Amino acid sequence: MAKYILKRFLEMLLTIWVIATLTFVLMHAIPGSPFNTSNGKSINAVAIKNLEAHYHLDQPLPVQYLIYLKSIITFNYGPSIRQPTQTVNDLIGQGFPVSFELGMWTLIVAIISGIALGVIAALKHNGIIDYLAITIAVLGISIPNFVLATLLIQEFAVNLEWLPVGTWQGVSYMVLPVIALATGPMAIIARLIRSSMLEVLNQDYIRVAEAKGLSPVLIVFKHALRNALLPVVTVVGTLAAGILTGTFVIEKIFAIPGMGKYFVDSINSRDYPVIMGTTVFYSTVLIILLFFVDIIYGWLDPRIKLH
Amino acid sequence: MSDQEPLLQVNHLHVTFKTHGGQVSAVRGVDFTVNRGETLAIVGESGCGKSVTSLSVMGLLPASGKITQGSIMFDHQELTRLTKKQMRRIRGVDLSMIFQDPMTSLNPTLSIGTQMTEGLVHQNKVPRSEARKRAVDMLKLVGIPNPEERMKEFPYQFSGGMRQRIVIAMALICQPKLIIADEPTTALDVTIQAQILELFSRIQRETGVAMIMITHDLGIVAKIADRIAVMYAGEIVETGNKRDIFYHPRHPYTKALLDSIVRIDLPSDELHPIEGAPPDLFSPPVGCAFSDRCPFAMEVCDHVQPLTTQLDLHHRAACWLLDKRAQAVRETVEK
Repeated sequence: MAKYILKRFLEMLLTIWVIATLTFVLMHAIPGSPFNTSNGKSINAVAIKNLEAHYHLDQPLPVQYLIYLKSIITFNYGPSIRQPTQTVNDLIGQGFPVSFELGMWTLIVAIISGIALGVIAALKHNGIIDYLAITIAVLGISIPNFVLATLLIQEFAVNLEWLPVGTWQGVSYMVLPVIALATGPMAIIARLIRSSMLEVLNQDYIRVAEAKGLSPVLIVFKHALRNALLPVVTVVGTLAAGILTGTFVIEKIFAIPGMGKYFVDSINSRDYPVIMGTTVFYSTVLIILLFFVDIIYGWLDPRIKLH
Repeated sequence: MSDQEPLLQVNHLHVTFKTHGGQVSAVRGVDFTVNRGETLAIVGESGCGKSVTSLSVMGLLPASGKITQGSIMFDHQELTRLTKKQMRRIRGVDLSMIFQDPMTSLNPTLSIGTQMTEGLVHQNKVPRSEARKRAVDMLKLVGIPNPEERMKEFPYQFSGGMRQRIVIAMALICQPKLIIADEPTTALDVTIQAQILELFSRIQRETGVAMIMITHDLGIVAKIADRIAVMYAGEIVETGNKRDIFYHPRHPYTKALLDSIVRIDLPSDELHPIEGAPPDLFSPPVGCAFSDRCPFAMEVCDHVQPLTTQLDLHHRAACWLLDKRAQAVRETVEK
């Protein structure tokens, strides 16, 4: 196991390096610079030169690349160009806890409600509950989260005034963005669980468990669900990525002060240190999540050995 | 407690399945008994209703299947009248089942130990440590080496033959009164098959459990059965002890079945299949189900169902040829 973790860690470093390099290349391939202003006013040419020298932007690209790699290794990206009073680490430190909270609640809600919906649909196969669950799932997959988000705001925040429209100040503020983000992944999980559950329930070992006289509850949770979860765990990694990136849009809609805001803004304003910092940070989080998914996989299915 | 009474008595059992194509009468009036400690073999070709009969006894018919008539008396209890919950208390306590395919009968994600003991722990309320001890003993009994260590292992770490031994051990662990084995050796190769049959005989000698062996392999029947019931198209056409069936078969289907066995000890170049196919059970025949394929079919066979003739104490067959009025025909047939 220790060997496996070490191996995965080295792979993780390699992956992050590839992502960082690609980001660097793409970042410098798009036209524009941090000192272009949107309102048409031009900054003094000498000032720009000084600024570029200050941020090492006058150096040749390979040198900039090395400086960039060094900043990744030392976790020190320096200050943001656009908001020089704050370092990139400050921005991540402020934004990430919020994004993480939103993302994790979304993931938890999506997984639990998806599994519940899928299991109920499978157990009531071809009944009214099954069709209802499928309908919800298809709707959930088809409606993009930003559309759902605006509909939710219109109905529950504006019309009914049950919940706040936006910002991030407590539990009631979480409800709408979490629903908006979780519905899609929940629907995907529900459909997967339903079909794999139906397959598992037809297996001989379920008949054997019934022949032992085990209760239906025990059969569903101990014998069926564990096997039915396997294909779901595979997609949870991808879904987690989707949720993390989905938060960019949802954070914007609900004015949530998460990392997504900085991520999108930094690209628009060519704020190089912030782009680099947030990208590498997000990739790391994702890779760690995927690592956990693999661990869970090995735990669920003894046939999968981690090495 | 009158132990003279049969352990299992199935009377006039009818089972139908609802399908998209209509109602299928899979089992049509089956009668048989199993005494304590004996082995009854139910033989017949695929689709004749042997498995459905056994699933009915277990109370494990799929939702589309229903017992429409008849009674199943097991150990002084009428099983068809029990609720699902009451039935569950009998399964895995007095009644066990072994399924056909050992490769799929074990849950791939649970250890052998968990699967062996869960019936005892949840069903019979045996403490976990005691259950483990019994599981180890059981694995020893079925011939698994190092049972203590192997309890921690998972099904994929065992071969097919070993898995079937585990499945058998699992069915035996609750010390049932009756085990139903549905083609327990079909998925195994011949060498392993012989070992498993040997194991069945030994277990029966040691534990005195009664057994219903469902199979289409007459070789297995000859080896371990005390009595035999031959099923055809959802009915039992002939029952008798081993000697009756193998040496004095009276029903043309039983005869044809025995003739179709390829014998290694007799010179023969050709196979003797039973021509034709079993009747469509969506619309069961009015008369004898076998009359279409029967070389001795008379006119009455197509129109009236034959009654069961009691030939001696245990030997019964349902065929018009056995009727007194068919004496002349029978004599020509037997020539």
